[in-house]
Amino acid sequence: MTSLTINGKEYQVDATADIPLLWVIREQCGLTGTKFGCGIAQCGACTVHLDGQPVRSCITPAISAEGKNITTIEGMAPDKNTLHIVQQAWIEEQTPQCGYCQSGQIMSAVALLNENPSPSDEEIDAAMSGNICRCGMYGRIKSAIKRASATLQSSTSL
Amino acid sequence: MKKWTRRAFIGAGVLAGGTLVIGIAIRPGNRSSKVAGLIASEGETVMNIWLKIAPDNTVTAIIPHAEMGQGVHTALAMMLADEMDADWSKVKFQEAPADKEYANYTLLKGFIAGNATFPKFIEETIDGVFLTAVKSLNFQITGGSASVRFTGQQAMRIAGAAAKSMLMQAAADTWKVPVEELTAQNSIISHPGSKLIATFAELAPAAAKVNIPTRPKLKSIEEFTLMGTSPPRFDIPAKVTGEAQFGLDVQVPGMKYATIKAAPVFGSKVKSVDTIVSSSQQGVKKIVNLGDAVAVIADGYWQAKITLDALPIEFETTENSGLNQEKIMDRYSKAMDTDLAEGNLDIHFKDGDAATALEQAAILVEAEYQLPFLAHATMEPMNCTAWVRDGKCEVWCGSQNPLGVKAAAAELLEIDIDQVTVHNQLLGGGFGRRGETDVIKQAILIAKEVDYPVKLIWSREEDTQHDVYREATISRMKAGLDQSGIPIAYAHQFIFKHHPPEAADIPYSIPNQLIQYSSPAFHVPWGNWRSVDHSTHGFLTESFIDEMAHAAKQDPLTYRKNLTKDNSRFQRVLDMVYEKSNWGAPLPANWGRGIAIAQSFGSIVAEVAEVEVGIDGKVKVHRVVCAVDPGFAIHPNGFIAQMESGIIYGLAAAMTGEITIENGAVVQSNFHNYPVTRMDEAPKIETHIINSGNPPGGAGEPSTPVIAPAVTNAIFDATGIRIRQLPISKNDLRASIRPTT
Repeated sequence: MTSLTINGKEYQVDATADIPLLWVIREQCGLTGTKFGCGIAQCGACTVHLDGQPVRSCITPAISAEGKNITTIEGMAPDKNTLHIVQQAWIEEQTPQCGYCQSGQIMSAVALLNENPSPSDEEIDAAMSGNICRCGMYGRIKSAIKRASATLQSSTSL
Repeated sequence: MKKWTRRAFIGAGVLAGGTLVIGIAIRPGNRSSKVAGLIASEGETVMNIWLKIAPDNTVTAIIPHAEMGQGVHTALAMMLADEMDADWSKVKFQEAPADKEYANYTLLKGFIAGNATFPKFIEETIDGVFLTAVKSLNFQITGGSASVRFTGQQAMRIAGAAAKSMLMQAAADTWKVPVEELTAQNSIISHPGSKLIATFAELAPAAAKVNIPTRPKLKSIEEFTLMGTSPPRFDIPAKVTGEAQFGLDVQVPGMKYATIKAAPVFGSKVKSVDTIVSSSQQGVKKIVNLGDAVAVIADGYWQAKITLDALPIEFETTENSGLNQEKIMDRYSKAMDTDLAEGNLDIHFKDGDAATALEQAAILVEAEYQLPFLAHATMEPMNCTAWVRDGKCEVWCGSQNPLGVKAAAAELLEIDIDQVTVHNQLLGGGFGRRGETDVIKQAILIAKEVDYPVKLIWSREEDTQHDVYREATISRMKAGLDQSGIPIAYAHQFIFKHHPPEAADIPYSIPNQLIQYSSPAFHVPWGNWRSVDHSTHGFLTESFIDEMAHAAKQDPLTYRKNLTKDNSRFQRVLDMVYEKSNWGAPLPANWGRGIAIAQSFGSIVAEVAEVEVGIDGKVKVHRVVCAVDPGFAIHPNGFIAQMESGIIYGLAAAMTGEITIENGAVVQSNFHNYPVTRMDEAPKIETHIINSGNPPGGAGEPSTPVIAPAVTNAIFDATGIRIRQLPISKNDLRASIRPTT
């Protein structure tokens, strides 16, 4: 058995046969917010954070995540009644359509804003172009990132 | 044979399981109690099959459509709540169960098989609205951009208005006041004169005993309070927290996982496979040979996948095993030649004498276009969870066609349809793909082999290579113009006609038209792809009219305007896109502007694309201005989102979308070789809505058909190179090969 720390909680999992982290998170830990899209790190739907860094969990061996802090979409909100600033911005911009890619989009956006709280359009493009949205909500994703960025600026300047 | 009676059609009040029911049963016999059992809990009053009222004054709209991000649950609830004057903060929705009560299956069957003559009383009593509604609700399908247009207009609004009318009548009866003196607002009925008020919930039990009005008065646009506004969508909060449950996320206790590999050549069969599980195959439960596919069941998807990947499977060779894309297109081309020579073409539309007029024309314009096969590539790969046991079947999936799923399961297992339960989930993209039942049937056949539930997950490779595809096609177009450039003849020979039937029609006033088609055989499975035939004809018609405009040496937008003078809706849309796109304003070098317009699914959409073609031939679409007349946009923000979505979806196809066949099988396998539009390639999109007051048009599809021609027309404007073959990436657009003007 392998021990994984996901959203601050310990899970004992069977991580044999080079199983990617994605399938352990979804099937063994029951955290289905992280999605399967392509299996070859092309679409970003499976994005999670390892020690704060965004990774494609579909090609990340589960055993390589041992001893690291894994954060999934379920661990984004600071508490049960409060959403993460980025999640809140996503609602305010009415960003998702089908919603399937949005966990991955939000995980990439949070990682971007953690690194760069006020990204330019080009920086947003560069950070987010690994995440496909087949409903084509790129304009709204970008607006939501800018909104979250503005919220971050105003909250830090207070 | 059951007699159709007005009473049976409209329904009657009964008490069932503590729930007071009055039903617009919409079928012979009284099914109200059955509906109540399906949708209501104790204490809730079912006013008609589309809505119920709870003791806490919550109104729940029952929505017979699947949510795939188009916001249908919200928009339809708004239509019902607005007519009802319900308090929006207390309105909820519930997706209708996959049940024949919520589809027209039995009704249509009754009309066609059981009762040959159309029952006149329907028209007489309720203007045929329910009939139209149930026709459009066929098999609970979500597609054809039809939810708002038909279900919303012809079921939800009427259900809301009827319920309000019944509630007011109940108040009038209770208070002994004339119903005309009552007002309804925010889920409260009041009588201003006597200051009497009551909530919908308080009045509901009495209201349910009132006869359902046959002609409830609907609001005029000026009276709308919710329709035309954009409240937050119901489905969004769960989609930002990861809580939203898609088909792939279903967890059933005791469930195992399966994945599958179908014969690469469509129609081929498994020749040999070893289905004995060896001890080295860890976690593997069973290997199933389905005849045309092999599946592995295991403790998890990964174990199933690596086992399947390593499994030697031999597939039979078929007559299509040597087929490649070139041969397919060649076959199409020859079929067109032969059908033309032998007079075997089917006529789509004929007016005047196109052949003679073409001979007399001063300017002849001719072009041949080619379009590729396209896959849907929904974000969520195909999947389905099934549990077959004790003569029963339970299915969990995200379907655009839940009742079709139910029927398919019953037929496959040869069990009664009532023994099948479908739990419809959110759809991670549909675009037409999730109206199919192929994956569901596979899951059921796999689950039939074991006694536990099985979740079948397709790999992205399987999803790309075993889709149902938008057809590849060839079109040959001719137009004759007079000396002044005015068209006097139009001839179009295309292949494959599916639906909507009007897709090959042109909106332009041109005398002497001949539009005809062939239907050569092809082995690649066809499927509804966002906007269906409009996806091809939008490109064909709007590319060719652009060629005609240039041949006539006229501005392409003005040319279109001149040829649609008798269509005021087209005129307004063209004027709007002209103004908002700043049409005619200078652009930087290597930039171009292109226009396209089309009517589909009841909405008229014009798009102007601004593109830059680098000297290396790279195309960048900077901006798309979209002007649309949907009649009336029920939820403008959601409508705009649909326009944006349809544009990006169509743009992905136009730029790089291409499925090719090699050795009878699909070459592309995943997003690396079936690339789609990403954020850094996405243009800025500006959408402008014209509420013309016409009946609401569709939202999900109408922006897709025009983006490809808007972009290729812009490329022509920028480079002088006319793109007649999609995707655009197949064309060499380097500056060095551009014509000099």
